[in-house]
Parts: sequence; C-alpha cells; structure tokens
Amino acid sequence: MYRGDMASLIDLANPTRFMRLSVVVLPWLTGMAVLLLAVGFYLAWFVAPADYQQGETIRIMFVHVPAAWLALMFYTVMSIAALGTLVWRHPLADVAQKAAAPIGACFALICLLTGAFWGKPMWGTYWVWDARLTSVLVLLLIYLGIIALWRALDEPSRAGRMVAILTLVGFVNVPIIKFSVDWWNTLHQPASVLRMGGPTIHPSMLWPLLILAVGFTCLALVLHLVAMRAEIMRRRVRTLTILEAERLDRLAAQGVPA
Amino acid sequence: MTGAFLAILKRDLALAARAGGGGELALVFFLTIVVLVPFALGPDLNLLSRIGPAILWLGALLSMLIGLDRLFQGDEEDGSLDLIRASVLPLELAVLAKGLAHWLATGLPLALAAPLLGLLVALPSEAILPVVATLLVGTPALSFIGAGGAALTAGLRRGGLILPVLVAPLTVPVLIFGVSAANAALGGTVPFRTPFLILCAISLVAIVIGTLAAAAALRQSD
Repeated sequence: MYRGDMASLIDLANPTRFMRLSVVVLPWLTGMAVLLLAVGFYLAWFVAPADYQQGETIRIMFVHVPAAWLALMFYTVMSIAALGTLVWRHPLADVAQKAAAPIGACFALICLLTGAFWGKPMWGTYWVWDARLTSVLVLLLIYLGIIALWRALDEPSRAGRMVAILTLVGFVNVPIIKFSVDWWNTLHQPASVLRMGGPTIHPSMLWPLLILAVGFTCLALVLHLVAMRAEIMRRRVRTLTILEAERLDRLAAQGVPA
Repeated sequence: MTGAFLAILKRDLALAARAGGGGELALVFFLTIVVLVPFALGPDLNLLSRIGPAILWLGALLSMLIGLDRLFQGDEEDGSLDLIRASVLPLELAVLAKGLAHWLATGLPLALAAPLLGLLVALPSEAILPVVATLLVGTPALSFIGAGGAALTAGLRRGGLILPVLVAPLTVPVLIFGVSAANAALGGTVPFRTPFLILCAISLVAIVIGTLAAAAALRQSD
C-alpha cells in the first residue's frame, strides 16, 4: 500500500504526467466550482433571510468567510510545497508554491475588502485595528513579500528554494504574530468591537455558507491548477529559448573563423 | 573552530568600525528619525512623552533594517562567502558570528543611545531604563531575523528595498512586546515582567530560526 502511494506520488511529480492528468481533472473541477457557486449564490441571495440585526449586509459574510479560510489554506499549501522543494526536491513543488502565492494574496485581499465593506455600515468605519483584521493584513504583507522575492530572483529553481525558506519562516511566525496581535489589541482597546454573528448560526445561513466555501475552494483549486500549468509551460519556453540562444551562439562561433 | 568564529566576529567588527561600515551611520539615522517625528506631530511635549517609547522603538527598528542588505552582499561579491562556506566552521556558527557582530555594531549602540534621544521626546525618567532594557533584549531578534532576509537577498543586485519588505512583517511581534513592555513600566494594569519575558522568549526563538534560515539560504545560493 505504502509503496503504491509513493509510486503514484512520484508519477505525479513528473511534469508531463501532471499536465496530462490536470487536463482531465480541470473540466470536472471547473464544472463543480460553477455549479456549487451558482447554487450557493442563489441560496445566499434569495433564500437566506436577512439578519435581524445586521440586515442585508450579512450576505457579505458568504464571500468574506470563504476568502479568509482560503487565504489561510493557500499559505498552508505553500508551506507544504516548500517542504517538498527543500526536503524532496520535488520538481512540481516549487511550481505549486509559485502558483499558490498570488491566489492566496488575492483571497486575503478579498477578505480584507469585503470586511471593510461590511464594517462601514456595521461599525461605522472601513477599518478598525481589531486583532483578526490586523493578522490578516500582516498575512497579506507576508504574501506580498513572497511574491516580491519570486519576482526578484530570475533563476526558477534557485528562486524556489529561497522562497521556500522564507515561506517556512513565515509559517513558524504566523502563530506568533497572531498571538502578539491578540495581546496588543486587548491591551489597547478592550472589547469595544462588535463580534460577528451570534453564538450560533441558523441552518438557513449555514448551508449557503458551506456550499459557497466548497465552491470557492474548487474555484481556487482550478485557478491553482491553471496557474501551475502556465508556469510549467513558461519554464519549458524559457529552457527552449536558452537552448536556442546557445545553438545560435555556437553557430556564430563556428562562423567567425570561416 | 572557536578560532574561526572569533576571526569572523573580529573581522566584521573591524569592517563596521572603518569608514562606511554602517555602525555609526545607523546611529545618525536613528537620531534623524527621532528628530523628524516632532516635525510631523507638532512640538507638544505631553503627546511626545506619551508615545516616546514607540518612537524610539520604531526608530531603532528602521535603523537596524536600513543597512542589513549589506550583511552578506559584500562577502558574496569579494568571494569571502565561498571561503566561509568551505571552512570547517559550520555555516550556522559563521552566521551566528556575523549576526552577533551586526548586533554589537548597530543594536547595542542604538540601545545605549536611546536615553539621550529619549530627552528629545521628553521620555519620563522612570521609562528610560525599561526602554534601554527592552531595546537591549529586542534588537538581537531584529539582527537575526534580518540576517535571514539578508541571506535570501545576498545575490541580488537590488536587495536594498526588498529586504525591509520581507523582514518588516516578521518583526511585528518584537515591536509589539518591546513597546508594550516599555509602556507597562510607565503604569497600567500589566506588570513590566510579563511582556518583557515574552520579548526575551521571542528574541531567543528569533536567534535560532534566523540563524538556521540564513545558513540554509546561503547553502542554497551556490
């Protein structure tokens, strides 16, 4: 069993196999994402009741919560891929890392923006230095740093190993940051901030939320697979360009003495 | 092995003491930032003394970050990094020596200069010692988190701006506990000891993680 698992993992590590497999998976995953998002948004818009306190603005939550969850999930995906890069030198791992960073950053941004749009009518301000908001903001900054490092290093495999180290250091740091931001916030402004929702969430709201969460996760995976495919092709083009340039160099070198 | 460690330490301290080494420049930069703050906030001494620890901490943080991109870049350019890699000294210990030298050349002077700069922001006298203590304990964390970032950007031509972008979010916990320990000494419900001990813990963890990450990054870069 174990050997079989390892074998299939190694098969997947082969970029050509991955390209073939992802072509098969993508249409199904896309269909599922579209279906779930359509059903989820229909339920969220027309079926779920408006909250008795928060009114229609509660519907923002249906995007806000999945975005927050995906921002965290993609950081975890990047960290696992970073381990793959550093420990196993997995050829696909740094492709997965690189493709995940902008998607995770986008979901963190969506989470912050939807939070701001919800906060304006509810709290009367777009931004409060609430502990959770601040942690997501710092997470976004870490994402931006990782993307900046990807763009600064031009040799892909070396860039992959460097970013992997940064991602793992960030992964160790995220809980520490969360802890210190909680401390800092309770020290500065005790419990003046409204807490979202009540102690429980009614099933009429829970179901659309769960469906949308799975739908957004499918959408994010589709984006991730497409971005990985694009990155693999970009690297192939890069290799081909380098080979072609070397060939032309050789031809020129042969041409000079003649 | 101790010989090699001490040799790197001595060399980096000597380099920092020479012209353009960055040690005294960080101090001047610290002074400049502290002087700029009242121009932005207005000369209200009550306000300045209330946020004094925060100003000093922010100034120290920025001054630490400003020269860090050169920590490994010079060695990468003149080839001494290859010698360090090839020596019997484990790369982790070499990074530890370089980080220690960086702290001795920048962090320690910043912490010792803080009382003088505190006069500019009317820091209450009972806050002077806590601010110095938090800076003494907290700046090693900045040196070593920064060393990790410096190792990642050692081979870059334009490492100057990307290093603070990478490192600054990771220094959030140090800043939070440094300032809150200094403020706790001025009064409030929290005793000074609690945030101060957490700051010590963060600093120790940062020294370990920063050293390991920097050594790993330097190994990858060849």
